Formats: sequence, C-alpha cells, structure tokens
Amino acid sequence: MSGEHFTLHVNGVDREVRDSWLGESLLDVLRDRLGLVGAKGACEQGECGSCSVLVDDNLVCSCLVMAAAAVGRPIITVEGLSDPGLPTDVQQLFVDAGAVQCGFCTPGLVMAVHDLLDRVVEPTETEIREELAGNVCRCTGYGRIIEAVQRVAVSRRADREVPR
Amino acid sequence: MTVTDRPADIRPGTIGSSPPRPDGVAKVQGSFEFSSDISADGCLWGATLRSPHPHARIVSIDLAAAWQLDGVSAVITAEDVPGEMNYGLISQDQPVFASDVVRYVGEPVAAVAADHPETCRRALDAIVVEYELLDALLDPEVAIAGDAAPIHPDGNVIRHQRVLSGDPDAVGDVVVEGTYELGMQDQAFLGLEAALAIPDSGGGGVELHVATQWLHEDRRQLAACLAMDESAVRLVLGGVGGAFGAREDISLQVHCCLLALRLGRPVRMAYSRAESFLGHVHRHPAKIWIRHHATSGGEIVKIEARMVFDGGAYASTSSAVLVNAVTMAQGPYRCPNAVVDGWAVRTNHLPCGAMRGFGAVQACFAQESQMDKLAEACGLDAVEVRLRNAMRTGDVLITGQPVLNVAPVERCIRETDALPLPDEPVGGTVGADGAVDVMKLPGGAGLTADAGDVVRGIGWGVSIKNLMYSEGFDDYATARCRLHGGVATIKFATAEVGQGFVMIAAQIARTILGVDDVRLDPIDTQIGSAGSTSASRQTWMSGGAVDAACRAARERLFEAVGAAHGLEPVQLAIDGTDVVDTMGDLRVPVVDATADLEIDETVEYHHPQTVHLDENGQGNCHTAFAFVAHRAVVDVDPELGLVKVVQIATAQDVGRALNPLSVIGQIEGGIAQGLGLAVMEEIIQVDGVIRNGNFTDYLLPTFLDMPPVVATLIEEPDPHAPLGAKGVGEPPTISSTPAIVAAIRDALRQADGVGKPLSRVPVRPSDICL
Repeated sequence: MSGEHFTLHVNGVDREVRDSWLGESLLDVLRDRLGLVGAKGACEQGECGSCSVLVDDNLVCSCLVMAAAAVGRPIITVEGLSDPGLPTDVQQLFVDAGAVQCGFCTPGLVMAVHDLLDRVVEPTETEIREELAGNVCRCTGYGRIIEAVQRVAVSRRADREVPR
Repeated sequence: MTVTDRPADIRPGTIGSSPPRPDGVAKVQGSFEFSSDISADGCLWGATLRSPHPHARIVSIDLAAAWQLDGVSAVITAEDVPGEMNYGLISQDQPVFASDVVRYVGEPVAAVAADHPETCRRALDAIVVEYELLDALLDPEVAIAGDAAPIHPDGNVIRHQRVLSGDPDAVGDVVVEGTYELGMQDQAFLGLEAALAIPDSGGGGVELHVATQWLHEDRRQLAACLAMDESAVRLVLGGVGGAFGAREDISLQVHCCLLALRLGRPVRMAYSRAESFLGHVHRHPAKIWIRHHATSGGEIVKIEARMVFDGGAYASTSSAVLVNAVTMAQGPYRCPNAVVDGWAVRTNHLPCGAMRGFGAVQACFAQESQMDKLAEACGLDAVEVRLRNAMRTGDVLITGQPVLNVAPVERCIRETDALPLPDEPVGGTVGADGAVDVMKLPGGAGLTADAGDVVRGIGWGVSIKNLMYSEGFDDYATARCRLHGGVATIKFATAEVGQGFVMIAAQIARTILGVDDVRLDPIDTQIGSAGSTSASRQTWMSGGAVDAACRAARERLFEAVGAAHGLEPVQLAIDGTDVVDTMGDLRVPVVDATADLEIDETVEYHHPQTVHLDENGQGNCHTAFAFVAHRAVVDVDPELGLVKVVQIATAQDVGRALNPLSVIGQIEGGIAQGLGLAVMEEIIQVDGVIRNGNFTDYLLPTFLDMPPVVATLIEEPDPHAPLGAKGVGEPPTISSTPAIVAAIRDALRQADGVGKPLSRVPVRPSDICL
C-alpha cells in the first residue's frame, strides 16, 4: 500500500507525505503518517464532526477529504490552534465550563467553535445549536458546551470594549 | 442551568468544589492519547472477519488466498487459540472465533494482521468461508416456549427469574394494564474500539493498551484465552472515548493479543463505526406486559408483570440485567404484593448486555407508563399519583429487601415540580409579532411543521436505580496513597471513561490529607482491581477506596507528628493544609510534616455483602439505591408526527455532590441518552441483519435535539456511602425516557381529545401521525 508522494501544508509548515496509498483520507494521513492525532475518526462518513479541520479556511470533515486533494491548500488542525499547555480562550473555557468529559469529540468541537466565533461574534443560543449541530457529543448533552461558547463570546466582547 | 450554590469557603480543589479536569487541557488541545492514537515502532494492523449470517454452520474456511497477499503477516482462526476457546463476563459462552457455528451477524470468524488497514480489508475479502445456513431463532417467545432446537449448548433461556411477594391473589378497586416494548439501543460512544498489543520478547507475556471499563476483568478473560498466567498479561488503560456499558465485555482484546503474540510484533486494531455496531453488546430490546391493581385513591395494591428480554446470541450480562428489571418493576413506589416473571433469552440477534441504566431502563418505561394510566383511572394528576405511592427509607421492596438508603422520592418529585416551566411559547414563536423561529419548531429547519398545529405536552417519569453490583458479587475497589513532601500520589485501576473520577480522586486526597499537590499514577493492572466503571459505582467504590487509603496515610502522618511533639495522634486533625492539635496550639503545615516521611498505604474497599435471589425472587440482592424525577415538556406536530423536546426538569438524589459541575454533566449527558431512546435511537435488525449500523441511519441527539435542562440536586448525604455521595451516572437516563413519551401522549390527547397509547420506544413519527 504505497507509492504516492505529495506535500501538504499543515499548520503553516510543508509536510512531505511519502509512500501513501491514494485511497487515504486527509484524516488517515494526518493521524497515521504525520502524527497529528488531534483529529479523531468516529463515524468516517461526515456525520459526527470529530475529525473537523480547516482547509482553505473552511471547516471540513477530514474523513471526507482525500489527502491528495488537499495538496496546495492550507490546512489547520487542532494542533495548529495553540502551543502545548497554552490553550486558546475557547479551549480554556471548555475546560473551565465542564464541556469536556471523555474528550473524543472535543478537538473537532474546538475547531468548529473557533470557526463559528470567527464568523459570528455573538451567536444566539439557537445559532450556536444550529452551527454546531454537525458535531456529535455522546457524553455531555451539550449544555456545558453551549455555556462555554457563550462565555467565550462574553469574554471577547469585554476585551473589545476595553478602552484603547 | 445553574449549579447549586456552594459555600464560598471551600478550599479550591477539595470535595464540594469543581476543579478543572487534570486531563482537560490535553483533551482540548488534541494531545490526550486515546487508545486509537497509540502506536508503536514496527506495528502492524489487525482486522476481524465477521459472519454475514445470523445462524449458519461453518463448512470450511480457506485462508490460502489471504496468506498470499503482499503485506499480510498473519491469518488466524479458532485453531490458533491456545487457551480457553470462549469468554464471557458471567458465563463463558462466547467463542473467541466461531469454529463450528456462527450465531449472529458480525460474529468473529478469523483475524488478520498486515502492513496497512487497506491490506487488512483485502485479506479479509480473500478469506473464503463456506456456510450452511441454519434457521435463525429471532423470536424470544419461541426461545421461551422451548420448541426450537437449542442454538447454543447452554440452551435458549439464559435466565428465568420470578419475584413473588405478599398475596398473589390480592386485587384492587382499579386495574390498569399495558404491554410495552423497547427497541435495541446502542451506546454509541464516539471513541471506537481500539487497542495496541505489545508482546514480550520471547512471547512469555503481553502488554495491552486498551480502552475498557474494567482492566482486571479483561485480564482474567484474556489470560484464560491466551493460556497465560494473569501476571504475564499487563493491561494499561488507553484513553477512553466514552463507554456507557459497551466496553464491559471483551471485543478486540483477545484477537489483538493473539496476533501480536503470533508475530512477536506490536499489533494495533481499530474498529470502524460499522464494525463497532457489531463488535460490542447493546441495550436489550424488551417486551413487558404489566398490570397494576390499586385502590380507588390510586395507591398500588399489586403489580403483575411478564418481562421478556432478548439477549441475542451470547449471555454477556443478560442475567444481571434481568434481575435489575424484575426487582425494579415496582419503580420508586410502595408495592405490597407482586407477581413478576422475567426471561432473558438467547436468539440469533446481536448480543446484548450492559448499557447505562442496565435493566432499570426497560422496567421504568413500562411502570411509569402505567402510573399515568393509573392516574387517569383514578382521576388524579401525574404528580399526585406518584406522591401517593412514593417510596421512603425503610420501605420494603418486592424482593423483601428494605431500602436502607436515603430515599427522597417525594422531594425529587416536589422539587422537580417547583422548577420553572419554559418561557418559550408553544411552537417556538418569538416576540409579540408572532414571528416563527423555525429552528425551534418540531422538524426544525426542514420547515415541515405548521406552527399553528403544534401542541405542547408535559409528562413525568420517576425512577429507582440500584448502585453497585448485586446478587453476592464482591465488586471491591483498591487504591494506594503515597505521601511525601506535601505531595500525595494516588494509584488505582479505575477506568476513567470521561466521567471524571480523576478529578474526584484528587479532590478526596486534598480534602483528607490537606495537600494541594495530588498526582495520579498511570491506570493499569499494577495494583488490585477497582471493579468496573459501571453501575454508577466508582464514586462510591473507588472513591471509598481512595478515601480509605488517604485516611490510612493520614493516620501514619498523625502518628509521626504526634511522636515528634509528644501528642496523641487522636487529638490531631487536618485544618486546611495544616496538621493541627485540636486540644492545643500546634499547627504544622502538611508540607513540612511530610518532608521526611515516606507514607505508603494500599486499601481495598468492599461494600456489604448481598445475596442471590431465591427462586421466588426474595433476598437482599442489591447494595444501595438512588432516585430521580424528570418532567418533560415537548412540542408535537400531530399531523407529521414530529417532536421537539423543549425542556427537561429534574431533581436528582445525589447524596452529596462531590463535584457539582461533574454531576451536572452526568445529568445532562444522561438525559440526552434517555431522549435518544425516547424518540430517536434504535438498532434495526431485519431477519437478524442490522440495517442501520452507521451514524447516518442510527440517529443520535445533536445540539438541536437536546433541550435545556433545569436541575436541582437533592443533597441528603447517605450514611452508607463512604463520602455520603451516591452514584449519579445512570438515573438521568432512566426516567427521562418515559417522561418524554408521557409528554408526547399528553400533547396528542390535547390535539384530538383521544391521544395514542405510544407503548413502544423509540416513538417514531408514524406512531404519532398514523
């Protein structure tokens, strides 16, 4: 199972992929060839959002993207959001608000929440539910995740309102 | 939802506070290592060949073509199992690989190891198995009747259990009855089954990194199948992506170790979602007939019930699931007389076993549906009929067992009733202009509901759940506490599956020992068993063990401080982070007092012994009980059969909330699974073949399906619990289901004055609108 060579631009760095099988998804290559295991495989058909990454600034399910089709397009994974031990505001408030239990859906949700709050600065609860409905969590019942998103929005608004 | 207010003076990180998870930052950053993330140098991939037939004789297996594929290193079958050919939690009736007969679609027949997952798939395709099809036993009633030939040497009835109490001939002024059904639910944890097996050089042992609920039980079954001493089999908990019962049984553990030992190389296995639906046990589908006799005032006189649980092809924990169902047929209500018969039977369906709620879920849907019928027959409302029957501490169950735990059933009901109803107007309209927010309508963005037709209903569910294991099983837990230089290091084999025991353990240690710095050792089999992360038992059992180990360590600390200062250890206490003399002025920081001490204590915690039920279902078979009430508000479009759950209110008997935020997380998450069973989730099998084994067709609640939850924690510390805290994981799942169904019934009754029985879950649109 090998033969393909190509380069992916992941988290700002060119990463060579050697001896890949053409049938490998972006999720497979990120996890098994590049060692970036933050994106998780849970349904393998784009239903659960656990494998969410950004490709060309678009939130996608990496299980549905062929790795070779992502050549030449910037890819951001959860590992590219923050340095080890220095979580983003979204990540920190996920922890503080109790939005993390088993944590398997969490990296995908963190990607989706960053994407949401980049586009909609202060989403309503209905907007949060609609926007994140492509990310399934089996542990939390979503209540603490919504709380975390709302707290991030409030905190960012406070930052914006600080007099310059 | 607001978390119950806490006193402000709780020292951060101790019992009663909600500190951040120690694994939280790693989980949000994607660096937490789940079992599917673990690899090793030179590692091969393993995969499993499964039966496509529900019942067939294996005529031949031809492996030659698989062996010839480039990249394939091993192909194994039952002939390659060196030890016990079967495994199982209670009875060992499930083959590692089928050798003569396959009994369900998905039963393992062979396994391969190769250089790449795709090579594995091609190798599985290349294996030729010739089957002779046999008649499949798919009707549990046929299994009970005894007419069909046994599909397993152990027979077709896994267990029959009767519960007889009081006067079997007692009658009431009012009689209501019904037959209720529940479909098969999947645990659907997100972290698929995955493991890495690393053989010892020389092949004398193996180390398995696996996501499981009970490391030591896995090891027991694994060692027997591998024909190894348990000491040669080491298990390490791989990061667990949810469990909910589905990781209590063996899945890939034996296959992965067999391949690794055969090859002398590390082998990793990872199920796909489709394989996961076949590779673990599910919640039992059940059919329950139940009749209530009551006084005209609505007080229960007698229950009669017949419960049939389809266990699928192998026993797993079916017999224990059945015991929960028959012993909790009365619900959280007084019931002086009972005649209950239950069967767990074997069929050629997918095997069933543990899932959150474990038998209580099935019984509760039936008996709570009955309570509403009883209310109607007696002219009472849903709350009043439940209050009139609510169980209290000291009441005796239909098994003859007294409920010695705190039993605040009445408080659960009253405090749920006191919670506010949703502000949302019916149909999700917003503002005085009556504009419709379509996202809040039943059917959501599909625009399939007309807001003018939507009807709101309210329904109730109240439940009882046994905590810990039952019927004589000593499911003890072990913990070790080392204390030095102000640092407590805690060791346990308790499977952290997401529930947050890693927080609770540290909170206990900080509270008991007066230290801030608590470190947790790896979770593995290098210490005694902790029992399973199931049955709402780890806070009580492993929490009890950590508490006891820390108390033992604290005794050593007090002895040392006492000796140094000429004080009796008994007069010393922990105050904050200091050791203090309760009768004098001494105050020494624990950090200083332990600077030169090396304390090391290991303790096993056991709960009081229980007994096996006798033939009439009598005996103190359960360890402890917890209670909860749920009130559901739903909006229903009766014409299209669509349901939007608007709000769940709940008051739960938690004993004592050691970590309030975690309790809320368990409540909300458990309710989501109860909602799933009520209106969404069912594994569909046709002629024994699963038809929806994927997340496109097996519907899980999303952000849009799950409503806000309003909750009250009923905190009456239980004197039998080591920390006063009851397990909180299962109750939210149990009575949320009947509450939602009752609310749908209420809405339909309002819509046309008649309503629908809705005696089966999940409730489908066609059940509502046709």
